Amino acid sequence: MYGFRTLLYKEILRFWKVLFQTVMAPVLTALLYLLIFANVLGAHVQVYPGVSYTAFLMPGLVMMSILQNAFANGSSSLIQSKMNGNIVFVLLPPISNFEFFAAYLIASVVRGLVVGLGVLLVGLLFTDLDMAHPVWTLAFAILASAVFAAMGIVAGIWADKYDHLAGVQNFFIMPLTFLSGVFYSIHSLPAFWQTVSRYNPVFFMIDGFRYGFHGVSDVDPWLSLAVVLPAALISSWIALQLIRSGYKLRS
Amino acid sequence: MPPAIRLRALDKRYPAVHALRSVDLEVAQGEFFALLGPNGAGKTTLISVLAGLAKPTGGTAEVMGFDVVRQYREARSRLGVVPQELVYDAFFTVREMLRFQSGYFGLAHNDAWIDELLDKLSLADKANTYTRTLSGGMKRRLLVAQALVHKPPVIVLDEPTAGVDVGLRQSLWAFIHRLNGEGHTIMLTTHYLEEAEALCERVAMLKDGRVVALDRTANLLRTGAERRLELRLMPAMLPESLSRRLIERRGERFVLAMPDYTELEHVLAELRRAGIRIEEMELRQADLEDVFMKLTGQAT
Repeated sequence: MYGFRTLLYKEILRFWKVLFQTVMAPVLTALLYLLIFANVLGAHVQVYPGVSYTAFLMPGLVMMSILQNAFANGSSSLIQSKMNGNIVFVLLPPISNFEFFAAYLIASVVRGLVVGLGVLLVGLLFTDLDMAHPVWTLAFAILASAVFAAMGIVAGIWADKYDHLAGVQNFFIMPLTFLSGVFYSIHSLPAFWQTVSRYNPVFFMIDGFRYGFHGVSDVDPWLSLAVVLPAALISSWIALQLIRSGYKLRS
Repeated sequence: MPPAIRLRALDKRYPAVHALRSVDLEVAQGEFFALLGPNGAGKTTLISVLAGLAKPTGGTAEVMGFDVVRQYREARSRLGVVPQELVYDAFFTVREMLRFQSGYFGLAHNDAWIDELLDKLSLADKANTYTRTLSGGMKRRLLVAQALVHKPPVIVLDEPTAGVDVGLRQSLWAFIHRLNGEGHTIMLTTHYLEEAEALCERVAMLKDGRVVALDRTANLLRTGAERRLELRLMPAMLPESLSRRLIERRGERFVLAMPDYTELEHVLAELRRAGIRIEEMELRQADLEDVFMKLTGQAT
């Protein structure tokens, strides 16, 4: 148990030591999106009655930052350790497979939530935001970050070089998070693309998360939960099995 | 009392290589044991299996009686491994690394022992330095310290002195020797055969994944190779009567087998009769390198 706590602490300290790169930079990026989109579109677009576009956009940006950073944390930590060879420091001790998995997962969730909180706090300087159902907000933040944290672990173990990881990030994670209703309601899309969006689990993460703030959403939050919770369990199970098998970690 | 290390018919097959072929080996508790062999012989693979970094494809490996696969937590907590590569985590300082390593092994308050390790390995003044700024020798010593945070009964060192300068090598050996004196079992691999010869009680030689020799160092030295006579002759030629003794010729130098010192007289007489002058003469005891060459047919 103490081995797990130490590994978790070390993983959190790892990104905390490079705060500029791991927290500040993504917060700034989200802030730039907010400034540009809110200023350009704010006056013309209203998605839900009584909700300004900036207030609509905020939860989407927060969730997008949570997801991208939860993914980035575990994946970059693992690939760095593998490339540098210092992965042996965590493979030699008597840390169980589950503890190993849990430490990387939780540290990545923490990174996602820290960045999300940062985006939220900075965003509040520019717009007022209600919090209609904080429990829903928190539940979707944690579950969705767990999905991407687990995917980050899988990608970090699988990748043999940084290039592989960049590929996953740019061709899979980015489209998945952008084409999910961060910037718009899917009801504003043509019917075909509405259908496509409904196959993207990230849409449900953002929609459920948004429900927590505004009390309105494109689909029922219970439906979103019914998508996101199994997604978290399945992706975690895959990551754990990968660690158990020793794939690319123990030859 | 279980042996510190026990390998039974241990087999490791990678897609491209058969790295270990049914290796049987036992190292008793408290031994100072060396694993020798040319590159690619399977030394590092053997250590990787013991450490749980590689999974055996056949047979079993135990550390202090615990199977490294089925009882991996018990086995790993009794094993300290110094890897061959100079790996380090650039994010952290020396003390942070040692605290983490202690924590991974379940030790919460280990600073007293960490300080002692830093002191013994001459790293005390580097405790708060980031590991990336350490010299190669310091990184090597940090790896040794990391392997020892949990005071493991069995310590495995993969080429611990590779790339370490002579002065440091001496002090590192002295330190390892002291650990052995305090009851730790030591298993190491090395290219420096003279070091294995000086320090290790028992030696296993590996070649192509097989143990080709396993004996007390003294026995191997006694039986493995003959004594040798090295001569520089003028003119540089050997009488026909001595040619069957010739092992190697390097220019004017001739290396002759000399199983028994009493035959020296005969050799000298033959040379005198042929009118060949001896410019230089050296009589050499066999060392592990000779044994090694004889058994594996190649230099390390």
